[in-house]
Amino acid sequence: MTHTTVAPDDKRDVRRADKAAASDRSKAENRLGMRLVAPAIFLMLLVTAFPMLRAIYLSVFNYSLTAPDDREFVGLSNYLTALTDSLFWETTLNTVFIMVVTVAIELVIGFAFAMVMHRVIFARGVIRTSILIPYGIITVVSGFAWQFAFSNNNGFVNAWLPFVEDNFNWFGEYGSAMAAIMVSEIWKTTPFMSLLLLAGLAQVSEDMLEAAKVDGATWWQRLWKVILPNMRSAIMVAVLFRALDAYRIFDNIFVMTAGAQGTESISFLTYRQVIEQFQLGIGSALSVLLFLSVLLIAFLIVKIFRVDLAAARQEG
Amino acid sequence: MSTKNKIGIVIGAALILLWCLLPVAWIISLSFKSQEAITNGSPGFLPSEGGGAGWQNYRDVLADDQFLRSILNSIGISLIATFLSVVIATLAAYAIARLEFTGKKFVLTLALVIAMFPVVSLVGPLFDMWRTFGIYDTWPGLIIPYMSFTLPLAIWTLSAFFREIPWEMEQAAQVDGATSWQAFRKVIVPLAAPGVFTAAILTFFFAWNDFVFGISLTSTENARPIPAALSFFVGSDPFNRPASLLAAGAVVSTIPIIVIVLLFQRKIVAGLTSGAVKG
Repeated sequence: MTHTTVAPDDKRDVRRADKAAASDRSKAENRLGMRLVAPAIFLMLLVTAFPMLRAIYLSVFNYSLTAPDDREFVGLSNYLTALTDSLFWETTLNTVFIMVVTVAIELVIGFAFAMVMHRVIFARGVIRTSILIPYGIITVVSGFAWQFAFSNNNGFVNAWLPFVEDNFNWFGEYGSAMAAIMVSEIWKTTPFMSLLLLAGLAQVSEDMLEAAKVDGATWWQRLWKVILPNMRSAIMVAVLFRALDAYRIFDNIFVMTAGAQGTESISFLTYRQVIEQFQLGIGSALSVLLFLSVLLIAFLIVKIFRVDLAAARQEG
Repeated sequence: MSTKNKIGIVIGAALILLWCLLPVAWIISLSFKSQEAITNGSPGFLPSEGGGAGWQNYRDVLADDQFLRSILNSIGISLIATFLSVVIATLAAYAIARLEFTGKKFVLTLALVIAMFPVVSLVGPLFDMWRTFGIYDTWPGLIIPYMSFTLPLAIWTLSAFFREIPWEMEQAAQVDGATSWQAFRKVIVPLAAPGVFTAAILTFFFAWNDFVFGISLTSTENARPIPAALSFFVGSDPFNRPASLLAAGAVVSTIPIIVIVLLFQRKIVAGLTSGAVKG
């Protein structure tokens, strides 16, 4: 930037000194800021970007740890193998199915829980403490608890549910095994969803609700016209986080069925290729595909919600 | 509030408690079923008449060297990862909340991307890399990925907290005659501590809960954490898992979580909600 005005010499000097000091200061601030975030950036990239690049590199080789010397370049054929294998599509479909069902159910139950927690005036501490227990509990433990609960040898679910025979084997067929897995997933993560939604609820202004009430809006109208539109961003954050988390489902499947009855998820398939069968080549290709599908889902959710946002704005 | 609403909320609150506590009660109840009863089959929520085990399962679990070792691993790895992650995240969050610098957006975006990363897609290359570096099946081999994956949550939570701190108070204290160290120690540290603490709890939960890294980056009891140890705990008969023993192990592994939740319930809720919604 240049000065066009002509100022007395001394004034100009002062101004220049000021400017130099200011920019020195901001430069120093800039440097300090970058130094402070550098370790965090380094660590985050070390365990994600670097291995991801390595996965992309390995994915074009036929590379098995059981015969590391036979590694050969095969181009994109690992991707071709994965994408033409029905197992890949079955597991992806399973994963999407689990993601859609669990997130939808969690959203409804989580919202109901958030409404109750928002309004409740007694035992707040007790309720919040208990809701944090499923959140904090190890997923593997949740998986075991539900696996044994559904077990026909030692569980209680068969006895408690009407229309279910006492010796019904939940893990003997696809549908019921998936249901058991989803119950464990939903139980463990609904509290997280409800806490995020609770924070969103707290941002809805009470005055607006009161005004709607005075204007004669029913409870149902207040919910759909006042509460939900005003917590759009909280809902979006919750859905985005949970959907991507559900898409990674692994622990519950590992513990409860180990992929039996066709209940494998895409994460489980990738794990099996890499860790159990030492097929780093095809496993890496699956890793890359898994990563790309997560990106795609994140993109789709953001897109879908944008559309919804625009539509809602036009309505209101 | 009308009576109808009140009744609805009471029922709702009861349902929440039931939802959260029933499975916990179930796993505790299961841990008191005797191993013979489990082998013969003992359906039902509570141990059957004569099928109770007293504290036997807990005694057996706590006498198991592998299980004890995995508790030690989990505690050590989780605490070290939490400490390091919070220190690094505090530096980064301070910079994000208080300084102007290029790349601020990049850090926040990177953190968000990593929070959503499909962890399993990394275990293959990490497995390979860690064996090359010689940290496969060691504590550092787990501490490093735990740090990386807890940094996003810690950075988001902490920067949300730090943005709320009235930093002018530091200068005010100095005007009142405090040295800069005193101003930092007596004014800023007490204000920042709750946020740091919350981030630490959430980080600890993540590390304690992790399963994917735990099973793929370890092979022996040298570094195997609790979730992995539980999943490999099959007992003498692999076709009939010792459910009640496992349940006892599960209860033991849940105790630290319950203690933390009981002590710090308020802070955890604040931390979970602050980072996520404001961002």
